[in-house]
Amino acid sequence: MDTQLLNSLALFVLAILVGFEVISKVPATLHTPLMSGANSIHGIVIVGAIIIAAEASDPLGYVLAFVATVFGAANVVGGYVVTDRMLQMFKKKPVAAKADAPKEA
Amino acid sequence: MSEQWLFTIAFFAWLVGAAAFVLGLHLMNSPASARKGNQLSASGMAVAIFTTLAYYALRGEGLSIEAWVIIIVGLVIGGGLGLVMAKRVKMTAMPQLVSLFNAVGGGAAALIAIFDYMHVAGTEKETLSTAVFVVLGVVIGCITFTGSIVASGKLQGLISGAPIKVPGGQMTTVALGLITAVGTIILILSAYGAPLEGIGTGVKLGILLAITIAGCVFGITMVLPIGGADMPVVISLLNSFTGTAAAMSGFVLNNPVLIIAGALVGASGGILTKLMADAMNRSIMNIMVGGFGGGDAAAGAGAAAGGGGSVREVGVDDAAIQMAYAQKVIVVPGYGLAVAQAQHAVRELAEILEARGVEVSYAIHPVAGRMPGHMNVLLAEANVPYPQLKEMEEINPEFSRADVALVVGANDVTNPAARSNPASPIYGMPILDVDQAKSVVVIKRSMGRGYAGIDNELYTDPKTGMLFADAKAGLESLAAAVKAL
Repeated sequence: MDTQLLNSLALFVLAILVGFEVISKVPATLHTPLMSGANSIHGIVIVGAIIIAAEASDPLGYVLAFVATVFGAANVVGGYVVTDRMLQMFKKKPVAAKADAPKEA
Repeated sequence: MSEQWLFTIAFFAWLVGAAAFVLGLHLMNSPASARKGNQLSASGMAVAIFTTLAYYALRGEGLSIEAWVIIIVGLVIGGGLGLVMAKRVKMTAMPQLVSLFNAVGGGAAALIAIFDYMHVAGTEKETLSTAVFVVLGVVIGCITFTGSIVASGKLQGLISGAPIKVPGGQMTTVALGLITAVGTIILILSAYGAPLEGIGTGVKLGILLAITIAGCVFGITMVLPIGGADMPVVISLLNSFTGTAAAMSGFVLNNPVLIIAGALVGASGGILTKLMADAMNRSIMNIMVGGFGGGDAAAGAGAAAGGGGSVREVGVDDAAIQMAYAQKVIVVPGYGLAVAQAQHAVRELAEILEARGVEVSYAIHPVAGRMPGHMNVLLAEANVPYPQLKEMEEINPEFSRADVALVVGANDVTNPAARSNPASPIYGMPILDVDQAKSVVVIKRSMGRGYAGIDNELYTDPKTGMLFADAKAGLESLAAAVKAL
């Protein structure tokens, strides 16, 4: 195996461990946004799609690159927007709301 | 600038992107910083995309016109579609959309691996490791692509949520596995040289095509037999798969940011899947092999043990009085609440009760909803402050101090049979200890069963009052009745 592959494998293993470490602390409350957020991160395949678009030189290659780019872009943009929509709904504000509520009622 | 310098700079920029993903996920530890985390992660993505574009544009002869057209048109169309769907989706339909985004991510990873193999097959770049990572990327990517589409269709109701038997069953699975295994071995051996050196490029591409098709069919046959109630686990698992497929394409393309980001998602998805499976007291294998709703014999045993008691109906006014004069009310929301779009109605009722000095909290079972933590999102959408949302371990000891537990559209997660009846199919599943409350009010449309298809002993408990109504209408009339007191 060449050095580059060994380096890549090391990177892969360490990133998996970091993933385990970072995620195991997230409370269940946030599991859906977390899954959606992780879902957007694998939209990183868009980088791969751009790379193959740069290398494509025949019609079949163009088609594969184009479809991969559309897929990747939908994954990235949709994923982040929907996660943001979810997270902006998580608000604290109970202290103020509790204090005001009895007066309104 | 020399090529080497250009690559070094690009490499550092990719690492910055990867670091942003890790930090972004880390910030998702708390609801207060989660949004910032997601935005940081999105900026990391922007950096990674921009770096890739800049690197390939500045390198050598730069990007061809065709490449620019493909990239820009692809980004606009894909990004536009994603944006519109993400903006329009209702929070109850969130799981199927996430599943759809997951499908396209996996599909893209598979296409990248296929493209790369088409270009290296037959050349000296075709090494053992390329062959291994290409096949892994194709297989995992294809399974995720079709599997996620089926999962999304099941959640959307386009495909029946009930477990669907695949013709041939296990034989089909074994056959597909064999095609993949044999194909993989041939491709690897031919890349390695010696025994299969003479094999033509056309044949190799044909084998890859066979593997692609086998992967796509396997994705379908894997998810079809799994019941709708287990979909959260499946989505989570497929999410992990896509991450892994992305990492494989990173190996194929020798790109660090793809490897790191893919591995992160693969690991995080794996952990979430395990947490979900634990919450249902089942192994991931058991879920993937399927057959929950199908256990008629077990369900019959559960029903026989639980039956016999009679159901007590409670009127809106009685229930309203119980809650209005309670000290502590715990709301137990289930998917029925989400289906009825009753999250706003439940928040209004809670606010009226709080105004009367009643302490209200929400007991959230880890698998309430159609995705891990889905119920939290739905209630957050209705402006329920998140500190009131209590996780199972936190709320269970509090039920014995609660005057009223209000169960809305939740069934199996409240069934005491999970604790007491070893014959029940859900025996051993951690549940919310609703039956410990001094009194229980269940809002339910009818005596229908939950996803597990078994009777709920809670409903025949003498201290339980059944309020037969649609979740939304029931909560609204309760709120009106409490207000009138």
